[in-house]
Amino acid sequence: MTQALAFLYNPHRFMAFSAWAAPLFGALALGLAAAGLWLGFTAPEDYQQGDTVRIMFIHVPAAWLGLFVYVCLGGASFLSLVFRQALADAAARAAAPIGAVFTALALATGSLWGKPMWGAWWVWDARLTSVLVLFLFYLAYMALRAAIDDEAKGARAAAILALVGLVNVPVVHWSVEWWNTLHQGRTVFAAGGSRAATVFLVPLLLMSLSYMSAFGALWLVRIRGEVWRRRAAAAEARLAR
Amino acid sequence: MLDLDAGAYGVYVWMSYGLSAAALGGLVVSSLAFARRWRRRAEALEARARETGAGPESRP
Repeated sequence: MTQALAFLYNPHRFMAFSAWAAPLFGALALGLAAAGLWLGFTAPEDYQQGDTVRIMFIHVPAAWLGLFVYVCLGGASFLSLVFRQALADAAARAAAPIGAVFTALALATGSLWGKPMWGAWWVWDARLTSVLVLFLFYLAYMALRAAIDDEAKGARAAAILALVGLVNVPVVHWSVEWWNTLHQGRTVFAAGGSRAATVFLVPLLLMSLSYMSAFGALWLVRIRGEVWRRRAAAAEARLAR
Repeated sequence: MLDLDAGAYGVYVWMSYGLSAAALGGLVVSSLAFARRWRRRAEALEARARETGAGPESRP
C-alpha cells in the first residue's frame, strides 16, 4: 500500500502523474456536468418545491465537497505534521481555497433555496450554523498561514488548526439527526436507502461526480503550483548565497 | 424536453447557477494562473542559478 502510494509523496513522481491526471479529471468534470445539467433540466418540477428543486443539483454537491475537501485538508495536515512530508503540506495548502469556495457556494445556494422554501435567507439552524463554522475554519486556516512569516511555523500552526477543525465534520454531517432542524434530514444516504426520486437522484449523483472530478483537477493543479513556488524559493535562496 | 423556464422561482434558480458558474470558473482561472506564474518564475530562477553555478539544485 505504502509503495503503491509512493508517487503521492515523491514530488518528481507526483509532477509526472499530475501532468496527465489533472486534464483528465478536468475533462471528466465537464462531461459529467453536461450530462447532469441535461438530466437536471429535463427532469419534471417537484410537486412541492417546483423549479427550485433544480438548485439541489448544485447545492448538495457543493456541500458534500465542502466537507470532503476538509477531510482531505485534515488528512494532508496530519501527514505533514506527523511525517513532515513537504508534498502533504503543499496538498493541505492547495486544498484550503478550493474547499472554502465549495463551502461558500453551499451557503449561498442554500440561502437562495431557503428564501422561497422557508421564507428566510438564513436561520440559525444546527446544519447551517455548523457549515458556517466549517467555512470559518477554512478562512482561519488560510489567514493563519498568511499571517506567520516563517513558512514552516505557519504550516505547523495551520495544520494543528486544521486537525482541530476536523471535530466539526461529524457535527455538520449528523446535525440534522442530533438536533431538530429546519434543514431537511438526510435524503440520499438515509437509513433504508435514498428517499429521493430516481429522476432527481441521477442528475444529483452525476453533478456530485462532476464536482468531485473538478476538485481532483483543481487540487492537482494547485499542488503543482505549490511545488513550483517552493522550487522558485529554493532557486532564489541558492542565488542569494 | 429541456425546461429552462423556472417561472416565479427563476431569480433564485438562475442566481444559484450563475453564482456557481462564476465561482467555479474563477477558481479554474486562478488555479491555472497560480501554477503558470510559479512555473515560469521557478524555471527562470533555476536557469539563472545554473548559469551562475549557484550551488546544486534541490527540489522540495
